[in-house]
Amino acid sequence: MSQISRRGLLKTGAAASVLAATGLPAKAAPKRGGRLRAALSGANTSDSWDGRTHSDLFMIASASGCVFDCLTETAADGTLVGELAESWEASADAKTWTFNLRQGVTFHNGKSFGADDVIESLQMHTAEGAKSAAKPIVSAITDMKKLGEHQVQFTLAAGNADFPFLLSDYHILMFPAGQIEEAIANGIGTGLYSVVSFDPGVRFVGKRVESHYKGDTAGYFDEIEYIAVNDNTARMNALMTGQVDAVNRIDFKVEALLKANPAVRIQEVTGNQHYTFPMLTKIAPFDNVHVRQALKYGINRQELVDKILLGHGQVGNDTPIGPANPYYAGDMEQLAYDPDKAKFHLNAAGLDSLDIDLSASNAAFEGAVDAAQLYQASAAAGGININVVQEPADGYWSNVWLKKPFCASYWSGRATEDWMFSTAYEAGVPWNDSQWEHPRFQELLLSARAELDTTKRREQYREMQEILRVEGGVLVPMFANYVQAVSNTVASPDVVGNLWQMDNARMAERWWVA
Amino acid sequence: MGSVTRIILQRLALGLLTLFIVSIVIFIAVNLLPGDFAEAILGQGATPEAVASIREGLGLDKPPITRYFDWLGGAIQGDLGSSFAQANFASFTGSDAASGTTVAEQIAPRFKNTLFLAGVTAAIAVPVSIFLGVLAALYRNSIFDRATNILTLSSISSPDFFLAYVLILFLSVLNPLLPSLSNIYDGMDFSERLVKSLLPALTLTLAVTAQMMRMTRAAIINLLASPYIEMARLKGISPMRVIVTHALPNALAPIITVIALNLAYLITGVVVVEVVFVYPGIGQLFVDSVKIRDIPVVQACCLIFAAAYILLNLSADVLSILSNPRLRHPK
Repeated sequence: MSQISRRGLLKTGAAASVLAATGLPAKAAPKRGGRLRAALSGANTSDSWDGRTHSDLFMIASASGCVFDCLTETAADGTLVGELAESWEASADAKTWTFNLRQGVTFHNGKSFGADDVIESLQMHTAEGAKSAAKPIVSAITDMKKLGEHQVQFTLAAGNADFPFLLSDYHILMFPAGQIEEAIANGIGTGLYSVVSFDPGVRFVGKRVESHYKGDTAGYFDEIEYIAVNDNTARMNALMTGQVDAVNRIDFKVEALLKANPAVRIQEVTGNQHYTFPMLTKIAPFDNVHVRQALKYGINRQELVDKILLGHGQVGNDTPIGPANPYYAGDMEQLAYDPDKAKFHLNAAGLDSLDIDLSASNAAFEGAVDAAQLYQASAAAGGININVVQEPADGYWSNVWLKKPFCASYWSGRATEDWMFSTAYEAGVPWNDSQWEHPRFQELLLSARAELDTTKRREQYREMQEILRVEGGVLVPMFANYVQAVSNTVASPDVVGNLWQMDNARMAERWWVA
Repeated sequence: MGSVTRIILQRLALGLLTLFIVSIVIFIAVNLLPGDFAEAILGQGATPEAVASIREGLGLDKPPITRYFDWLGGAIQGDLGSSFAQANFASFTGSDAASGTTVAEQIAPRFKNTLFLAGVTAAIAVPVSIFLGVLAALYRNSIFDRATNILTLSSISSPDFFLAYVLILFLSVLNPLLPSLSNIYDGMDFSERLVKSLLPALTLTLAVTAQMMRMTRAAIINLLASPYIEMARLKGISPMRVIVTHALPNALAPIITVIALNLAYLITGVVVVEVVFVYPGIGQLFVDSVKIRDIPVVQACCLIFAAAYILLNLSADVLSILSNPRLRHPK
């Protein structure tokens, strides 16, 4: 599959249907039938079928993973395939995109799917007063034209080679035009499973749609039951006692017990999820690049991976681009713990020692306060005196993040470089949590975005990662693995998606009864 | 009987006053928590505009006193308001908080589940504790008495979640007899529902048995020194019969009070047990709602908890009066 270049896939989605048809190599052929029962965390009483509000696993797995479809889909191996779009084509400047939609697709209420549904579903994100996490993606579209019942043309404000990737975002679900309110209330999509019952924060049950356009290559279970279990121990118990077939986010403390159970296997993938310490680079002393470099050498990344993630992760190199990204520069020189270099850079900044506050709370990530304390201890050897300020978990994202000069944070990562950079590293964007503004970086960001030549793009993204590694204002000490456990009653493909937990939240589609 | 009616009315009036005070305390307490619904629901995406627009849609931008009296006005008329959580705050056309689920709709199914669990627990716990209490009184100071005391006292002294995990370990993991996940739902048949609720019910039974059993034992033993019991013994009645037909009816008042208190606990104290067993009752809804600052639901839950206490205490008092002829027919 690696012979097909990513560029080829992007320019013409024609190969996508071939990819989808071949499926993934598997030990035993998947078979239809049975029920998948999974205990998932991240559920809330405020959950609904409104894709714009989805932020955690339970609804992502239920909505984009079962009931709804997007235009495109990221396959388990990271390639982009068509979901409701069959193929797509870009103009040379990557500004105009024409999408050919799949024909003969119907919503669960019988309405047939077409260009109007696409246009109205995208407009949801920019509607006045709507709070959509995908607003930046959709507001970059200046014009949507219906060329035919099954063809839509998008015109973008600026060229973006990643545009088809952006449309695989789990927020951008396709709703039936004219019935969106009803579809949000009852969960009416085009997905493999229709809603049997949904109780927010408690349970979702879905039934396989007969004669679905994905045919026999996906959606092997007859029925799906997702049970909301936010409590770690209860989730592990449910799997150990065989009441569910799969659980997400295993508790590392009981990992050994799960491993000792022959009926259970652990799935672990390294994706783009990373834990960070962003500093506001427009505020002293973080505006001094030598101070930032001193801080980079003062942190013991390996120790954090070993003690905070208990080994379930990978050291970071101060860039948000992870192994699940296509242009990940894994061969850059690794930043290592070196108190002497930290001292050297402090001196270069004209300082003997540095006293700073680091705000942390476990709301940022599990173990953030411990991580800050470990950092405090390792940085002291380099003359950096960190005062760890423990912040309340409530209101952390509104009162501390983006406001305190140096704090703990996390990102689940994005499928493409441009998506990640334009979310948190582009000059002036609201989530730029390091106030990052770098002329060369910004220039590269804009030119790489519209670049359709893979080789040139790779060079540009490499240089951007190098800039962040050396000068960037965000410490990315570690990438945290997605670790989940699956009972042997359920089979999964050899390659499991690493963009998001539970096979990119699509286990209902890709797994089958063993 | 006139005096009983008067007492009931008096107590009901006091109960309403208590509920009013509870509602104020809850409102203040929830407002003291950092963060609000808008911030909790938006998480990392809490941009000032988004927060402001949700707050406006839900009326959270009004001063607290106005919000409290708006809510109180509705509550008096039986309208507990709309749940923030299911308010359609991101509707297609923009903010429209009015179209959400009402608090009553959200709480009703959960409260039904909690009552079911309380019912199952009471059906096990009350007969068992009275039976054990009678036996302990009968064989007082024997090995049996001491063993029952030690067992019930140690179970009441352990935290609920610990008891829950011990039961899961023995009845679910080591011997797969009962499910550790009590995810009951509408449309489940009664027997399956019962099986799924059994582990949480047993946990709660362990948590409430000690008080009821020890009160039964103490109340009976207290009476055994009375002259009329001695008379009964002299008549040659068997010890069991002395206790069950002569002592127990006279010991009912304190026993009923303790049972009522424990029943109230089964409604208000189940939060931890519901979370451990993933039981979709009011306790879990309460925890979820506090987490996202869904104030209308939190307040309604608290009022239900307070009302349960007040009503059960009231019925305990009434039953004690009715079971005591001296109180039933005052001079």
